[in-house]
Amino acid sequence: MNGAMNRRGEHDRSWGARLIVLVPYLWLATFFLLPFLIVVKISLSHTAIAQPPYTPVFDAAAGWESLKESFSALSFENYAFLGSDWLYLASYLKSLEVAAGSTLLLLLIGFPLAYGMARAPRRWQPVVFVLVVLPFWTSFLIRIYAWINIFQRDGLLNQVLLALRIVDTPPAWLSTDTAVYIGIVYSYLPFMVLPIYATLEKMDETLIEAAADLGCPNWKAFWLVTLPLSRPGVIAGALLCFIPIVGEFVIPDLLGSSQTMMIGQTLWTEFFGNKDWPVASAVAVVLLCLLVVPILIYQEMETRDLAGGR
Amino acid sequence: MPYPASVAGMGNGGADSKDDPQGRGTRRTFAPWTDPSARALVRFDGVSKQFAAVAAVERVSLDIFAGEFFALLGPSGCGKTTLLRLLAGLDTPDEGRILLDGEDIAPIPPYRRPVNMMFQSYALFPHLTVEGNVAFGLKQEGLPKTEITARVEEMLALVRLEGLAKRKPHQLSGGQRQRVALARSLVKRPRVLLLDEPLAALDKKLRGETQFELMQLQGRLGLTFVIVTHDQQEAMTVADRIGVMDHGRLIQVATPPEIYERPNSRWVADFIGEVNLIEGRVVDVGASETVIASVAAGRLRALSPTDAKPGDAVWVALRPEKVRIAHAAPPTDGENCVAGQVGNIGYLGDLSVYKVRLDNGIVMKAAVANVTRLVERPIGWDDRVWLSWAPEAAMVLTR
Repeated sequence: MNGAMNRRGEHDRSWGARLIVLVPYLWLATFFLLPFLIVVKISLSHTAIAQPPYTPVFDAAAGWESLKESFSALSFENYAFLGSDWLYLASYLKSLEVAAGSTLLLLLIGFPLAYGMARAPRRWQPVVFVLVVLPFWTSFLIRIYAWINIFQRDGLLNQVLLALRIVDTPPAWLSTDTAVYIGIVYSYLPFMVLPIYATLEKMDETLIEAAADLGCPNWKAFWLVTLPLSRPGVIAGALLCFIPIVGEFVIPDLLGSSQTMMIGQTLWTEFFGNKDWPVASAVAVVLLCLLVVPILIYQEMETRDLAGGR
Repeated sequence: MPYPASVAGMGNGGADSKDDPQGRGTRRTFAPWTDPSARALVRFDGVSKQFAAVAAVERVSLDIFAGEFFALLGPSGCGKTTLLRLLAGLDTPDEGRILLDGEDIAPIPPYRRPVNMMFQSYALFPHLTVEGNVAFGLKQEGLPKTEITARVEEMLALVRLEGLAKRKPHQLSGGQRQRVALARSLVKRPRVLLLDEPLAALDKKLRGETQFELMQLQGRLGLTFVIVTHDQQEAMTVADRIGVMDHGRLIQVATPPEIYERPNSRWVADFIGEVNLIEGRVVDVGASETVIASVAAGRLRALSPTDAKPGDAVWVALRPEKVRIAHAAPPTDGENCVAGQVGNIGYLGDLSVYKVRLDNGIVMKAAVANVTRLVERPIGWDDRVWLSWAPEAAMVLTR
């Protein structure tokens, strides 16, 4: 009797446990996998002057034969088109270039900032932490508009430069790569600082003392101990910045030039300007595949790390 | 750093046990602190250190000799770890000097001191393998690769960690990690090895074994060890001498038997082992014997050297194992004995501890070795018993 009840209890619990595990998978399937499959399907379709603006449209009600016909109408020609037109390749390269460059800048600025935060006196750390997060309390879009104001010919930046006699004639900042880089570094800095701060903050300080005890001057202890141990934070921060920057649309659109577009802008133009949903979808799918690569590399490094020094 | 070429020649302290490769054989005669001409390897000279207006170490003066195994013992927060960190150079003293081989080491940064520390948390580098951790200190010296490899191997063999060289710290057990930490701090052959609670994280049995291993290692390598511990048994087991600390001050420095049998204060007597304290007043001081009158236990005789004068308030300290317990009154004429009722019996296996409530309400402890297998206790709860002790067992303390 007792035993049966126990077994029953375990049974129930395992069902409950399974359900809990299932929820995130259901979520991912419904709101990520399904929409992605729709995008993939559209990327294999053709443009059409219709509603929706592509063919074929799957219609399950029309029967099996018509579905089969629709399937055979799908093709990879949009992907071939992406490869044939220099515009798209240039756009991808531009995005990767901006993302790589600004991630590097973010690292150079973010690491010392995070290091300073982690080494600040305990009672100051919450204050510094809030200061880093504070910009989030204002809308992202408004902050970028503020930068437009600063970058204008008679904007704050040029006023300061003129007042300090660094320049004689006010240079143009808007619609330059410099403006894009500044805007991106400004917007993404917290995403770089916070993960690095988190790893540095929980690092055992006696490790530095141990390094000193074993013959390391401070700078060498930093190089041999602090830096390697902050690697997970650095990688997390770099991914957290690099991936969204590649697809960034707002910042280059508002601050950058229209000469060379980043892939986000190209996608937007295809979708809303040219109403070419299939090509826009193909652009999106290729972008996604591009971004999966660094994540896979990161995971590979993680598993190798966990396996020990072998 | 000029290291002696071989481990056997590392004594550097003169004619002590260092010629004995097996270590403890000649320990009997190792007592450089009794030799006024012997020069200390480490000398603390009036060292003080404050943290936020709290004195962590207060005017500590202490000599530690080459080849010595010295234990700093005290309750947590007594300043013993700070003293170690001052020697390692991880903290700087506010006052006083620290001399190594007669030379003030104040200007030497921690990374150039010929002193290594084993940290309480072990502080192993999590991103390096066992091998990498042990080799870390040698690499900083810029030694040739082959020598580093050889010395790391030798050290791993010494602490019996061969075969685990490629593991990372998180893949090791607590005991193995402790050995890596030990190997890492030993591999540079420091003039003084500092051990900060090195065994605190191990379970009791492993701790006991490791204590003896540490002693063997110290004897074999002929190095000077300074260990910090809060465990008085551990200090008694491993050390040549113990420095008992409380509130930043060094209360007593002596060999383990001296600390136990001749504590210089009630505090030390109470901190090291169990003790019964009886308050009294000196009646007479003879050549070797002191007579004390107490309210709790009447007239007491103690064969214990003291500088107390007649009329002084003193305490007679008695170790429980030196107190006899019996049903019958002892054949003394009422001296060094008290009567009471057994209030509690603690059976510890090897010992039985009796808590006896005296007629005036004071509780005294007597410990009796269970030399035969206990079938029936000769002395039971609520029994009326007599406690007695020899004059040699009593210690007279003036503070």
